[in-house]
Amino acid sequence: MTRKRRRLYLVLSGMAALGMAVALVLTAFQDNLVFFYSPSDVATKQIPPDRRFRIGGLVEPGSVKKSGIEVAFTVTDNVNVIKVVYSGIVPDLFREGQGVVAEGKLNGQGVFVAREVLAKHDEKYMPPEVADALKRAGQWHEGEKK
Amino acid sequence: MTAELGHYALVLALVVALVQCVLPIWGAHRGNPSFIALAPPAALMQCALLLLSFSCLTAAYVTSDFSIINVVQNSHSAKPLIYKISGVWGNHEGSLLLWSLILAVFGAAVAVFGGNLPPALRARVIGVQGFVGIGFLLFMLLTSNPFLRAIPAPPDGMGLNPILQDIGLALHPPMLYLGYVGFSMAFSFAIAALLEGRVDPAWARWVRPWTLVAWCFLTAGVALGSYWAYYELGWGGWWFWDPVENASFMPWLAGTALLHSAIVVEKRDALKSWTILLAILTFSLSLLGTFIVRSGVLNSVHSFASDPARGVFILAFLVVVVGGSLTLFAIRAPTLKPGGLFSAMSREGALVLNNLLLATAAASVLLGTLYPLFLDAITGQKVSVGPPYFNAIFIPLMTPLIAALGIGPMLAWKRGDVPGAFGRLKFAFILAVLAALVGWYVNGFGPLLPLLGLGLAMWLGASVLVELGERLKLFRVPFGDSWGRARRTPRATWGMSIAHFGMALTIMGITVSETWKTESLQVMRPGESVMVGPERLTFQGATMVQGPNYVAQRGSFAVAGNTTPLEPETRRFSSPQMDTTEAAIHSTPLADIYAVIGEADGKGGFAARLYWKPMVLWIWLGAVVMVLGGIVSLSDRRHRVGAPVRREKKAAVTPAAGKA
Repeated sequence: MTRKRRRLYLVLSGMAALGMAVALVLTAFQDNLVFFYSPSDVATKQIPPDRRFRIGGLVEPGSVKKSGIEVAFTVTDNVNVIKVVYSGIVPDLFREGQGVVAEGKLNGQGVFVAREVLAKHDEKYMPPEVADALKRAGQWHEGEKK
Repeated sequence: MTAELGHYALVLALVVALVQCVLPIWGAHRGNPSFIALAPPAALMQCALLLLSFSCLTAAYVTSDFSIINVVQNSHSAKPLIYKISGVWGNHEGSLLLWSLILAVFGAAVAVFGGNLPPALRARVIGVQGFVGIGFLLFMLLTSNPFLRAIPAPPDGMGLNPILQDIGLALHPPMLYLGYVGFSMAFSFAIAALLEGRVDPAWARWVRPWTLVAWCFLTAGVALGSYWAYYELGWGGWWFWDPVENASFMPWLAGTALLHSAIVVEKRDALKSWTILLAILTFSLSLLGTFIVRSGVLNSVHSFASDPARGVFILAFLVVVVGGSLTLFAIRAPTLKPGGLFSAMSREGALVLNNLLLATAAASVLLGTLYPLFLDAITGQKVSVGPPYFNAIFIPLMTPLIAALGIGPMLAWKRGDVPGAFGRLKFAFILAVLAALVGWYVNGFGPLLPLLGLGLAMWLGASVLVELGERLKLFRVPFGDSWGRARRTPRATWGMSIAHFGMALTIMGITVSETWKTESLQVMRPGESVMVGPERLTFQGATMVQGPNYVAQRGSFAVAGNTTPLEPETRRFSSPQMDTTEAAIHSTPLADIYAVIGEADGKGGFAARLYWKPMVLWIWLGAVVMVLGGIVSLSDRRHRVGAPVRREKKAAVTPAAGKA
């Protein structure tokens, strides 16, 4: 095999790998991008019931109700609220008045059925999306996060 | 006093790094021997100064010197000594200091062990190490000085995040950093080779062991991080495709590719410019990993508090390093002489395939990790890219890689006999199909994906054994002869077989544990039992216990046929105030039983999450075996005698050592 042909094969196989990767990425992106919405987004946008997405905001004080392993609470950006139900053990840092991010789907009644409630390692930490959601709702005050 | 000493040492280290970078490279360029000779002492000096600085910070932590802001924020007098020490690198500033120290240690290693390198090459390598050092030292001194004083000094510290107070996590960052920074060696050698305009097998002979060292540490670091997530986070998972995990996984993929392409350079003098490029990319991904973790631009379960100024600095540094080295590559790479020819169906061809697939995998992980950033910057739309994306990409990429991995080592260099190799691997192929069919039957003729995993793991494991058996002529010649052959087989070859076998173990663990895991989530009252997989667990109640710096609610689950109960805890720490979950795990090679206790429901019951995970331990066991393979390969005599080819000829006492 000559040097030129070897290089040609290398380039061709490289292109093939790249093409395969692009195809994989595109199909994977189509189904698996998870968008993030604030309670206000959920109220204004029409989100189809079987679309998976993330919501974030503050856990409304006094809204957490537990029965067995079922947890129900309300997420708020201080403008709009959304009801969330979750079945499982909530993370250690889940508290009323604190930021929370949950991933799941809306059911027919407009209740968000969370498949996952995300934990954060640091109690001072505010998920950037939540901070952003609060900012957009005009409910963010610098220094509040501490 | 210690703080000022440490700070001063850091400033001096920066000055030395400037000298170490500029003069040797200039000297090598101009052929000035006195400047060239400056490189080794500068590297040693650099290492000594950073060691001093690091010791000062460690001393401040050990003695709980709360006049230093860094200690105040990350330590507490009531903390056990080991976590006071690990607190040194459990934070942003300290971890950078550790990074710089490791970088300097690697630089010093070139100075000490590089006696057989051409002096100009050695000077250039040390110079490039110095350049990277400048970046990190400037970063530390300008934005993240660990030695800032707190005035007035508070009586006690704020404590280290309790979730980080764990032996696995105490070891995880140093391992990871040894890996990340270890790739700086490959990078420095690559840049030095570009400056020199020459890459030869002797160069690869030097790069390979260093890459191997870095790779071993990185593998251990990634595995340790994954194991930590498994037992500490209490979610039962071991890999979340989280940005910070990806940050360590991308250099691992690229580094694994580099490890293999360096073999081709060493043995066949081919793929030179690709190897150089890979070395640059691997280290760039390591830097990017640091950027992702340290800047906090990506939302992650691991992220620490972030500071935009730091992010901008690292980004600028990244642009200089990556942009600069790629420019240099673009200018110089065409001047590298192309090397040996080979057919597509050969050992080289198989290694090229390995490189293509690994590089593509690294690129897809990069894309998935950074895509949310791009989308946010361009459209303001917030998205997250989760496990489904990565799984959808990874499985199709890894399948041909593992399939080829079985055959690759059976092929000859230059021109291989693929049908012949297949023929010799009949046995492995039959085993793989059998394993897949048995798995399919056990799984009730369910989905086909686990089948693929089982088949691949068995294929890889069996082909490694077949290849080994052929090499040793097991059962075909008297056992004594096989033993002799085993002893004559180079350690590097053994290392390859061991590492590949480790990969098979990991794939087996992933497939089996993901396919047959069972999870059970319910409220349990004392005395109640539940079946998790084949195990019966009985809840025996919960008590409050006092730990050294926390109080815990400890549940007790009796496992049928087992004397020791599982005792998961939820701990409430006081400094800083925080709750953590401690899972209880009963581990055996066959299966793990994993228990997490949640809150009381007020009516005498407790939320309990129980898992049965078969063979999950194999995932990390495989990683340990891979590292072992790396270490065995490192002990190969050819690495010990060092670089020059001419010396190797004398050292090759046995004829077998020349092959492989």
